[in-house]
Amino acid sequence: MAPETGSAVALAGVRRTFGDVLAVDDLTFEVPRGTVTVLLGPNGAGKTTVVRLVTGALHAHGGTVRTLGLDPEVDTEGTEIRRRCGVVPARPALYDRLSGTDNLEYAAALFQVHPGLVQSRVADAAQRFGISDALHLKVGGYSTGMRARLALARAVLHEPDLLLLDEPTAGLDPESARTVLGLIDEMAEDGKTVLMCTHLLLEAEGLADQVVVMDHGRAMVSGSPRELTRQYWPAARVILDADDPAVLDAARALPFVRAYERNGVALVDLERETDVPDLVDALVGAGARLTRVEPQAPSLEQLYFAIRRENAPS
Amino acid sequence: MTRTPKQGRPSWVIARTDLRQLLQARDFWLPLMIVALLFFVIIPTFLLLILGSVKDANLAKKLSDVVGSLPKDLQAKVHGQKGPASASYALAVYLFAPLAIIVPLTVSSAVGAHTIVGERERGSGEFLAHSPATERQIYLGKLMASLIPGYFTAAMGFLLYSLVVNLIVGPKLGGWFFPTTNWWVLMLWVLPPFIALALAVILAISARVSSAAAAQQASALATLPLIVIAYGVSSNTLFRGMGTAFAIGGLAWCGAIFALWRASKAVSRERLLGMGAT
Repeated sequence: MAPETGSAVALAGVRRTFGDVLAVDDLTFEVPRGTVTVLLGPNGAGKTTVVRLVTGALHAHGGTVRTLGLDPEVDTEGTEIRRRCGVVPARPALYDRLSGTDNLEYAAALFQVHPGLVQSRVADAAQRFGISDALHLKVGGYSTGMRARLALARAVLHEPDLLLLDEPTAGLDPESARTVLGLIDEMAEDGKTVLMCTHLLLEAEGLADQVVVMDHGRAMVSGSPRELTRQYWPAARVILDADDPAVLDAARALPFVRAYERNGVALVDLERETDVPDLVDALVGAGARLTRVEPQAPSLEQLYFAIRRENAPS
Repeated sequence: MTRTPKQGRPSWVIARTDLRQLLQARDFWLPLMIVALLFFVIIPTFLLLILGSVKDANLAKKLSDVVGSLPKDLQAKVHGQKGPASASYALAVYLFAPLAIIVPLTVSSAVGAHTIVGERERGSGEFLAHSPATERQIYLGKLMASLIPGYFTAAMGFLLYSLVVNLIVGPKLGGWFFPTTNWWVLMLWVLPPFIALALAVILAISARVSSAAAAQQASALATLPLIVIAYGVSSNTLFRGMGTAFAIGGLAWCGAIFALWRASKAVSRERLLGMGAT
């Protein structure tokens, strides 16, 4: 068996087709251990296919996939990979005629949890995801939110090394979605490696250590939100306000100001973040009594659209 | 009291869960049980009671003629008596034999047709595809989950049918006489491979089609010739000697093993995910 590499997931030049449709095309990225990586992209970008390739549920038609240092194409290694992965598919994929407990015990048995540990694992997972009171009920009667929680509980029962979440909040109301994201955040804090697919930018906000932006089966860019901000959002934006806002217009003439706009408050784009003190000095020197100086990082949504604009075919 | 979960081989874990779901689906198994009861208990009881109560001399003669038209070696096996008693014996031992195969085949087919495509339809195929169970283990689990209801129906049906025959016909023939040796051979040697053979075809279909309705239709079409063959085989097993029965059973076992091996290749993770379905 191959030794485990530093990355939990490493894809290199991966390609996968479905008939004539190219679902994943020359895809290369890595998921470092103990991090949350978010695959961002519109529907049909190939995110779900990536999850399936990572566990070996689908075979790659080209390139190499390594998960937890193992090759999913090799039978025994594929089995080992799947035993060490927890997957929450886009559809929760539960057994409606069975109770919550039955669903969890089935997963525990299939993922080879020691029989002596099953009951405590089931109880712990149910408590963690807030479904203890519903465990005895048939899953067919669960709400969408409860189903998502049960699917998450099922995915972590066997204490996987790698969690793969495919649109984990799809169809949830905002409150349930927030709870689920909070739980993912907790798991990340526990040191789990998480690979999450989403097309909802707000979901990824604050969770991601690394973002891979996908479109048409390709990774357009990847990196930490900070790196991507530096690369695709070079201007440092500052929101300014003053007793007399008209005085702020003096900023327009400063050499390190790239853009200036005043509409109630002033939005100033600077060359670098380090220009902020110089900006404040200059405006104070011009007689402004500043009431607000707020450096603003772009939201992931702004960043995403900036990346897409940058990579759009001319 | 808390229940201790059991761990087992993945194939048995899958089969156990499928069977548990089947038990919960009363709307699915109740009609099948009614069909089984009709064929194994209600219709035989009705016919044997009618035959046993014949008083009309002309009708009794006609019934003797029916026995007289059976093959010579078979007539020798029918107890010396003529008339309603021997006709009851012939009906009980020889003419209901095909039902012993058809009913379990129908039950197994109905369960088997849904088993793989059902996972895909409700999305749980994705859960199995990402599980550590191998494709072979998933196939074996699904096979067991479909075979067990068929064999269970056969065993229960056989038991009930034996009771009916012995209680109604037995007193006229000097005591309980059923099952005969040929029936044991039919139930233990000929029936099991035929159910397995049918299921091999059905599981291969269930793995390939895109909906449970399509699986049901295609399975019915594919198993119809098998049912016709099984009908003939079961009659032959009883009408002819033990040698023929063992030979037919042996051939069926060979066919079943080959078909099951071939069908095991139809189950793949990609198909559980809904790829390559037709």
